Amino acid sequence: MRLGALILRIVRQFWHDKRTLGLMFIAPLLVLWLVSLVFNGNAYHPHVGTVQLPAQWTAQLSRAGADVSTYDTAAAAESALKSHELDAYVAWSSGTLQVRLEGSDPSINKSVLLLLQQALSTHAAPVGGVPTSVITYLYGSADMSTFDGVGPVLIGVFAFFFVFLIAGIAFLRERTSGTLERLMATPLRRWEMVLGYVIGFGIFTTLQSAVLTAFAVYGLGLMMNGQLVLLLLVTLLLSMTALTLGTLLSSFANSEFQMMQFIPLVIVPQIFLSGLFNMDNMAVWLRWLGKMMPLSYAADALRDVMIRGRGLTDIYPDLLMLLAFSLVFMVANTISLRKYRRV
Amino acid sequence: MTHGTAAKGQTAIRVAQVHKSFGRKHVLRDITLTVESGEIFGLLGPSGSGKTTLVKLIAGLDDATSGEVEVAGVRMPSLGMLSKIGYMAQSDALYTELTAKENLAFFASLYGLSGVQRAKRMAEVMELVNLSDAMNGVVSAYSGGMKRRLSLAIALLHQPGILILDEPTVGIDPVLRKAVWDELKRMSEAGTTILVTTHVMDEAEKCHRLGLIRNGVVMAVGTPEQLKQDTGAGSVEEAFLVYGGGEQ
Repeated sequence: MRLGALILRIVRQFWHDKRTLGLMFIAPLLVLWLVSLVFNGNAYHPHVGTVQLPAQWTAQLSRAGADVSTYDTAAAAESALKSHELDAYVAWSSGTLQVRLEGSDPSINKSVLLLLQQALSTHAAPVGGVPTSVITYLYGSADMSTFDGVGPVLIGVFAFFFVFLIAGIAFLRERTSGTLERLMATPLRRWEMVLGYVIGFGIFTTLQSAVLTAFAVYGLGLMMNGQLVLLLLVTLLLSMTALTLGTLLSSFANSEFQMMQFIPLVIVPQIFLSGLFNMDNMAVWLRWLGKMMPLSYAADALRDVMIRGRGLTDIYPDLLMLLAFSLVFMVANTISLRKYRRV
Repeated sequence: MTHGTAAKGQTAIRVAQVHKSFGRKHVLRDITLTVESGEIFGLLGPSGSGKTTLVKLIAGLDDATSGEVEVAGVRMPSLGMLSKIGYMAQSDALYTELTAKENLAFFASLYGLSGVQRAKRMAEVMELVNLSDAMNGVVSAYSGGMKRRLSLAIALLHQPGILILDEPTVGIDPVLRKAVWDELKRMSEAGTTILVTTHVMDEAEKCHRLGLIRNGVVMAVGTPEQLKQDTGAGSVEEAFLVYGGGEQ
């Protein structure tokens, strides 16, 4: 009954605060959509200049996807390189092929070199000498985009971020407005307070998870090889850890401003250490740090479901970890409320 | 001075040798006082004297560093006692984005009221603080005095046997303040024990007994008449000054 009253009150507060409701539901969609536009740009066609190159090679460069311009002298090509008209130029002089790159963007460097390799190796290979190769994929496919790869993690990141912030500030306001102390003067138990927040906010995070995952899969066409219900389950459990962590950390903040200070400390490292970037090359201690972050388990599970199409039997350890995080945060929060009332 | 139907002589609140310090700062020193059942006991003292800290200890919201606090014979803090205590904090602990009605319904449910009884009590307490017309108003649009009255209404919802009010009439106009005090008096006659803090001297005169508190020390306890007599002062204010309340 007391729990029900608390849940009803949280729902009513949300209902009166349409803007926060909007932030929770619209903002993650908007940001995810923007990121999808960034990653899903059309394939890049390097601008390559040629200087005194045999016409056959120039044609092969074009066929390989380069945007080719021809120059009479290396000096002219060099100045084009400087003024950003070219990413690279290829010159043929005295029997050697000279490649000069603009070089300031590693990803463009890579794509230029890859293109040159493709274009020129076909020329060099003796006719019929190269064995035909058959390429197959265990997961994913040849037309899988970068966004398909990072999308699952981003769903987790945005779900976590907005729930953490909104729940944390809502709980903080109970402290700063004196209502928390007032509640501790009623028979409301400390665990009821914590659980009420989890359920009351949980209603909205469930809806948010549903909207966000549906938007990602059906709206943005993110690669989805697993069950939608599993995707929803992972997102929901992650939101719960964000909710419980946000409310717990709010006890270490005295104002909304101080709550915001947790973003660079709690949110940003999780984004970088949760698998958005390949962790295998990172220092061991960094990988261990990643293992202490809820988002890394969610990212793992989200990738398993969406890209690898795996089922519950494969992802349940990740789900259990997320559940464990939430429970630990809830218990810690119940204990931290002793500050307001010992019993 | 009669205390109505209350069982006289029964101790409602007992504070014994209570010390409270926050770090090195001693906020309360060796406080001992009792509040009888059905009486209006006023804690009078300047701001920063420790009134709120003492009241919080009695409401179970904080622990004494040493000493004992008992309410109706039960050592505080106690979960069981909380439903028998009505507490009004110094700050208006209201959910400003909700309406008065939603605030009342929430707190009433926490105290276990439901259905027809809850609706009846909500209407009664709002009538009492003269806010019936503003029942459906959003609290953020309330004036300071209206918020104070709503806080008081919430404290009265579950008809507690013991009422703890921390500066209940701040920002309330004189006419309504009189109405509030008349109601407190009526409730006291019906047997409710009321502990009220104030720094307004004319309110102090309306209490059955007073505790003068300053710098965390209770300087004197007695009826307003006793305090005046003992000091030969004409008013509680003068008595307070005689006891050293005016020293800064």
